Amino acid sequence: MMSDTTPSIGRWFAELARRQYFWGIVAIVVLLLINVLKDPTYLSISVSPTTGNLVGNLIDILRAAAPIMLIAVGMCLVVATGGIDLSVGSVMVVSGAVSMEFLHSASGSVGDAFLAFGLAVLISAVLGTVNGVLVAVVGLQPFISTLFIMLAGRGLAKVITGGQNTAATNDSFRWLANGYVFGIPVVFILALLVVIAVGVLVRRSALGLMIEAIGMDPKAARLAGVNRRGLLFTVYIFSAVLAGIAGVFGTASVMTVDVSRTGYQLELDAILAVVIGGTSLAGGKFNITGAVVGALLIATLDKTVVFLGVSSSATPAFKAIVIVVLCLLQSERVRQVFRQRRASRPHTPQKEVIPA
Amino acid sequence: MSTTTMRQHAPVRAESRGIRNWLKLHVDLLPTLAAIVIFVAMIIYGEVAYGRILQANTLSNLLINNAHLIILAAGMTFVILTGGIDLSVGAIIAFSSVSGVLLINAGWDPWLVMGLMVLIGSAFGVTSGILIQYFNVQPFIATLAMMFLGRGLAAMLSTVPERLADDSPVRLLATNFKLIDGPKVNDLVITPGVIIAVIVVGIAFFVLHRTRMGRTVYAIGGSEQSAGLMGLPVPRTKLWVYVISGTLAGLAAVVYTARLGSAQNITGIGWELDAIAATVIGGTLLTGGVGFVLGSVVGALVLGLMNVLITRDGGIPPEATTIITGCILLVFVLLQRLVLARRRE
Repeated sequence: MMSDTTPSIGRWFAELARRQYFWGIVAIVVLLLINVLKDPTYLSISVSPTTGNLVGNLIDILRAAAPIMLIAVGMCLVVATGGIDLSVGSVMVVSGAVSMEFLHSASGSVGDAFLAFGLAVLISAVLGTVNGVLVAVVGLQPFISTLFIMLAGRGLAKVITGGQNTAATNDSFRWLANGYVFGIPVVFILALLVVIAVGVLVRRSALGLMIEAIGMDPKAARLAGVNRRGLLFTVYIFSAVLAGIAGVFGTASVMTVDVSRTGYQLELDAILAVVIGGTSLAGGKFNITGAVVGALLIATLDKTVVFLGVSSSATPAFKAIVIVVLCLLQSERVRQVFRQRRASRPHTPQKEVIPA
Repeated sequence: MSTTTMRQHAPVRAESRGIRNWLKLHVDLLPTLAAIVIFVAMIIYGEVAYGRILQANTLSNLLINNAHLIILAAGMTFVILTGGIDLSVGAIIAFSSVSGVLLINAGWDPWLVMGLMVLIGSAFGVTSGILIQYFNVQPFIATLAMMFLGRGLAAMLSTVPERLADDSPVRLLATNFKLIDGPKVNDLVITPGVIIAVIVVGIAFFVLHRTRMGRTVYAIGGSEQSAGLMGLPVPRTKLWVYVISGTLAGLAAVVYTARLGSAQNITGIGWELDAIAATVIGGTLLTGGVGFVLGSVVGALVLGLMNVLITRDGGIPPEATTIITGCILLVFVLLQRLVLARRRE
């Protein structure tokens, strides 16, 4: 294992390098370097003289990462139970559609903004409950249940808005996505708070362990007295509510819901963030910090692609390739090759292989 | 007295028991029968409510407009029979048709390009098959990745509708051949696209029910482990299944592009759901092992007829179509679970 004589910073670094999301951090740094090569002032952050807010590309990345962080954390928990939630993008558009339709007809008061937010969360929770019922009670495969919401949800959003891209005006609702607190975007602070709250909740209680237990072996979990049905319900509703909040963030920044583009293909982002973070899609294990790193990486990637002048509609292809590569790295066959190579080098000390 | 009544009742009772026994033995057929009943009921309802449904013109249009869906459903049946899923078919169609139209417009030989379009589908199928079989990626993750890959590649090529020239030979696949020249426009029409779909279904039926490979497909769906222990070529067959589905998606792209005369990167969004729904409505179990390719054809026709009825009705917004398709899929999946639970008892 690690030799004891390494200095503490080195040990800390070695410890970090063993985490799977280390490579996510490396990738973020590489992407930022590419941007700096194109424009040396890319990383500069300045204080806007008129508003006192921080402005800069890094702040933009944080803002873009906020919705992805939320859906990635929800997806993380769902994946840990051995399931998958393909419906997050559609839940986002439904929640956005509901809030915009409401604000369109309501006055621009703060109370209405809260009501719109509440309505969006409520409808997301309903969609999450549908997922939960199909998975936990009916016993359908998770991807079929959530595929149903994924494809029907977009239709539902179109029905809600009558096929239009509804726009509305409400300053407090807009502030959610475009405002600043202490110079940092509100969305990022809110997303970070939610993520920390979730992290503390699942890791400082037995909740996280029970969720992982379901993913590892449902039968053993049941015998150990884990309430599988209740937990599955919680996890799917939770994922949908987080997606709903992400949908509010996504629509509030432009105060328009685009029924065919809002949240489109964001399932991929969420799954990608989770996989980058070292959560195995086979279930039974999750890493929320990793998912956040993954979300930041995806936001950086999105911004970089646009910055380099590639059509943004092409990014799904890149992401799909990254997912495939990561899945390959997680697979037993490829790990075997690495293990053999490691074993063939006599000088390297035998390391315990950590299953991803 | 009692004996005579007994004798009178006996054959009747035997007959009803016969039907019940037959149903008990063929419980797998129940969803397919339900799909046929629903199809007939929809035709009758449409004929009564809107009229002009049960006529050669409408029915041949139903076939022509859904030829691509029938081809997709046939491919999806193979995949679902093994207990897998293919979410990439819609995106394969988008990429294959956009690249095909661009190549033809760039002056390539149209017939060669049509072959290429089919091969593009095969390439996607091979990739997901290898990922699933040799690297243990879950089917829906591998094909989801292929779905996004296909959409992304299609978007890289073009994001606007690409039109085929009016005299392009590809359009020959959508030529109308009048089989029966009815009064006015009420003709029985058929296109090469429909013929292709029929041939595909015929081959799929033959392969699934009359060849070793078909047996293996069913066996894998029943229990992959047992199939492997029996010495069946499980890895090869699982790979082939995704290749078949991808290839047929490429073929569907050719048929669809020929009919529409143009291609766009957003073509085929949600067709995964249509293909899965058609297969499931037709009686194929999502868990694999049980199902019929002919049932999937009925399922595809049910969905097509539903679209016709929605258009005729005019009261239902077309946006609601995916919701209705989804709900039908859900109802049938629940029906399957009921049947399964009944059988386990």
